[in-house]
Amino acid sequence: MPNMPDESRREVGITAYGAYVPRRRLQRSAVHQAHAWFAPGLKGLAKGERAMANWDEDVVTMATEAARDCLGGEERGSIASLLLASTSAPFADRQNAGIVKEALNLSDAVTTLDAGGSRKAGTSALIQALRAVEGGAGETLCIAAERHRSRPASEAELLDGDGAAALLLGSDRVIARFLGAHSVSIDFVDHFRAAGAEFDYVWEARWVRDEGYLALAGKAIAAALAAFGLAGSDVDHLVAPIAARGVPEALAKATGIAAGTVADGLSARLGDCGTAHPLVMLAHVLETARPGEKILLLGFGQGADILLFEATAEIERLRRPLGVSGWLARGRSEDNYMRYLAFAGHLKLDVGMRAEFDQKQPLTALYRNRKTVLALVGGRCPRTGAIQFPKSEIGVPVDGVATTPHEDYPLADRPARILTFTADRLGYSPDPPGCYGMVEFDGGGRMVCEFTDVEPEALEVGMPMRMVFRIKAVDERRDFIRYFWKAAPAAGEA
Amino acid sequence: MPSGIKDKVAILGMGCARFGERFGDDAEQLMVEAYGEALADAGIETAQIDAAWLAVGFDAMNVGPSGIPAAMALRLPNIAVTKVENYCASGSEAFRGAVYAVASGAADIALAVGVEKLKDTGYGGLPVRTRGTTFDMIGVVGSAPGNFAQLASAYQAKHGVAREDLKRAMAHVSVKSHANGARNPKAHLRKPVTMETVLNAPIIADPLGLYDCCGVSDGAAVAIVCTPELARSLGKTDLVTVKALQLAVSNGWELQGSGWDGSYFPTTRIAASRAYQEAGISDPAGQVSLMEVHDCFSITELVTMEDLHISPEGRGWREVLDGRFDANGANPCQIDGGLKCFGHPIGASGLRMIYENYLQLLGRAGERQRQDGPVFGLSHNLGGMPNQNVAAVAIVGLEGA
Repeated sequence: MPNMPDESRREVGITAYGAYVPRRRLQRSAVHQAHAWFAPGLKGLAKGERAMANWDEDVVTMATEAARDCLGGEERGSIASLLLASTSAPFADRQNAGIVKEALNLSDAVTTLDAGGSRKAGTSALIQALRAVEGGAGETLCIAAERHRSRPASEAELLDGDGAAALLLGSDRVIARFLGAHSVSIDFVDHFRAAGAEFDYVWEARWVRDEGYLALAGKAIAAALAAFGLAGSDVDHLVAPIAARGVPEALAKATGIAAGTVADGLSARLGDCGTAHPLVMLAHVLETARPGEKILLLGFGQGADILLFEATAEIERLRRPLGVSGWLARGRSEDNYMRYLAFAGHLKLDVGMRAEFDQKQPLTALYRNRKTVLALVGGRCPRTGAIQFPKSEIGVPVDGVATTPHEDYPLADRPARILTFTADRLGYSPDPPGCYGMVEFDGGGRMVCEFTDVEPEALEVGMPMRMVFRIKAVDERRDFIRYFWKAAPAAGEA
Repeated sequence: MPSGIKDKVAILGMGCARFGERFGDDAEQLMVEAYGEALADAGIETAQIDAAWLAVGFDAMNVGPSGIPAAMALRLPNIAVTKVENYCASGSEAFRGAVYAVASGAADIALAVGVEKLKDTGYGGLPVRTRGTTFDMIGVVGSAPGNFAQLASAYQAKHGVAREDLKRAMAHVSVKSHANGARNPKAHLRKPVTMETVLNAPIIADPLGLYDCCGVSDGAAVAIVCTPELARSLGKTDLVTVKALQLAVSNGWELQGSGWDGSYFPTTRIAASRAYQEAGISDPAGQVSLMEVHDCFSITELVTMEDLHISPEGRGWREVLDGRFDANGANPCQIDGGLKCFGHPIGASGLRMIYENYLQLLGRAGERQRQDGPVFGLSHNLGGMPNQNVAAVAIVGLEGA
């Protein structure tokens, strides 16, 4: 039976949304050009651009950015649980949601969960989270992120995009009321990837379109509408994350939903973010949805999830995040397909002896220093107010007097400015030149850190920066990822 | 206020191996080469040495831990041998140990050995290594050029110097050192270069080009010290004595505090002021005859001219261009070629600087001898990076000066 709201349940829904799209946009024409000798048939897909994660980005870092976009500078103490959905999360056994929790500096008293195993996992996690909130679970952050690796010269390489979205769910100041959900679970295998396998194995597109999207998902939408007591014409936004051209429109037609309601699939500038795409598209729709509008959200993968939301008057009062549009506007065109191959791990370059440095992470030290390393928490002297990173037992002397032990002082959301910089062509960097220097935070505190998402020639003393959670290094001998914070140009810079 | 080290210890003898890519030699041969020269200069036997200090910067990559490698290579008579490491200032640290041992009366004759065998790494430049468990999680390892290049970005911003002007001043530093190195038979690099070559070289870490960076070398240097009385009793007449030894170590203010702008070395300023006071020098620019500074990068030498209180702040780049620090200028700097051309075998460098000042003071520097009768020679040996470092300043001079 479809899950329908009734009088006894509290009103719940989305209370805030955010997104993240990596800065580089791989030009599909460049991909096609490289493969024209081998796969000339890709030409039909060689238009527009797709988002491409930097070498230091993965599902954990992108999820963190989307969550920060969603939460803004809001107090995070009321968040009771965090879910992260992805099929491309970096760790199979070290909870990825748990790393995001640390990066967001959330209370230890939260529930965290990774969801995966299907492209439907984003919407499935959302349904479970909403039902939990209905049941009184408290404020929940539901994040989905994908950095899908596809085989070079595959269609997916052109269709995919890297990105993330985050939704804050609760019952206070709901901007999109949750009206219900309907799911079907059917082992329809349009593609699969065995545990530990590198790439997907994909079945014929025409079969997926006819039997999967149009028949299976179409039927599920019809059943959901019937259960909600709605006609297709009641839907104002159809969020159907299907990259195949014309299919969302055909699906709308088949279910009586108006053609004009089909939400932008974001294929022209972002690409298909897999598990995250329903949430990414929904976050995009929420940017312009008006009070009273109904949004039907589809998740597809071994069945289908259908969720129905209704925008409330609160949506016009919400602090606007950067959102999908904001991140999309800040792109930088990338026409170097070789760089993409290297970042995606398809191309093993001669990185030289300097890269042989052993990146083994003492796990004891990481645990002791987790707030410093993962949350960028510094210290503040309670007596002088001096801010310092990292915090220490004896603070840096102020006017010749050493300061007392510090209290926690989070720096991750503090704006910063460049004090010194260089672009280093000698030291190893997966994306030379390695740019780094000293930054000083507004309000006090400073640190030497790496810069990311920068153009070396744009660096200057005084440049405004914002801190971002990124991969610092990868221990390839033991398959461990070391995360830390870097400085990136503040929005609107470079 | 301590009375200081001035004139309490004399240099009995010094030696220095030829610096360079000594692919055919181990650290052992390098130490023996420098030691042989020093021993002959001192006119003593190994059995007369009471204590020794060994400086090595990257021990894990060459000689390994402890003082044993020096004790074995030089067959020291079961005396105390202490290995010291203080980044690139290790050589000055070994000298300080030996000098303090003599000054305290604990040793009559003490030995300082600095050695580095870097050309076994397989690549140019300093080895990439850990800087500790905590640092490796939150710090930037970077490269040495990348760490020092940041001085240039901050210096330009602070003093409003155009990038091209600073590039030219930095190039002048290197052109001068190459000209000097060409006249030094023990130097690693002995080829003069032109401004054009330096300015057009590939960028290593912006804005530093290839010629703004010193390389790394294999090499060793040795000092044998004793009291002035003992030196005279051993037949020495013209004595070079230690006038000042100062070391200032960052406590985190630059890296974590507030107020440092990244364009200078507070530690060098502190060490220099203390050293001038210890040596009784009131007018550094007028009294210091020669300077050997830690020119690991051209920009380091340039800002060090200001930090040693020789050039007014913000004027160093102009005075470099004016030739003030050339071999025939008012305040010659790196008359032996410096780290840039004599070479930079880390553990040996601080001792190599003192070696040059010692030769110059005694009029034994051959073709590159400064002719105006040098009185005080200053060496500045820096370890670490601009935001966290060890600054060592040693002043040696003629007895009675």
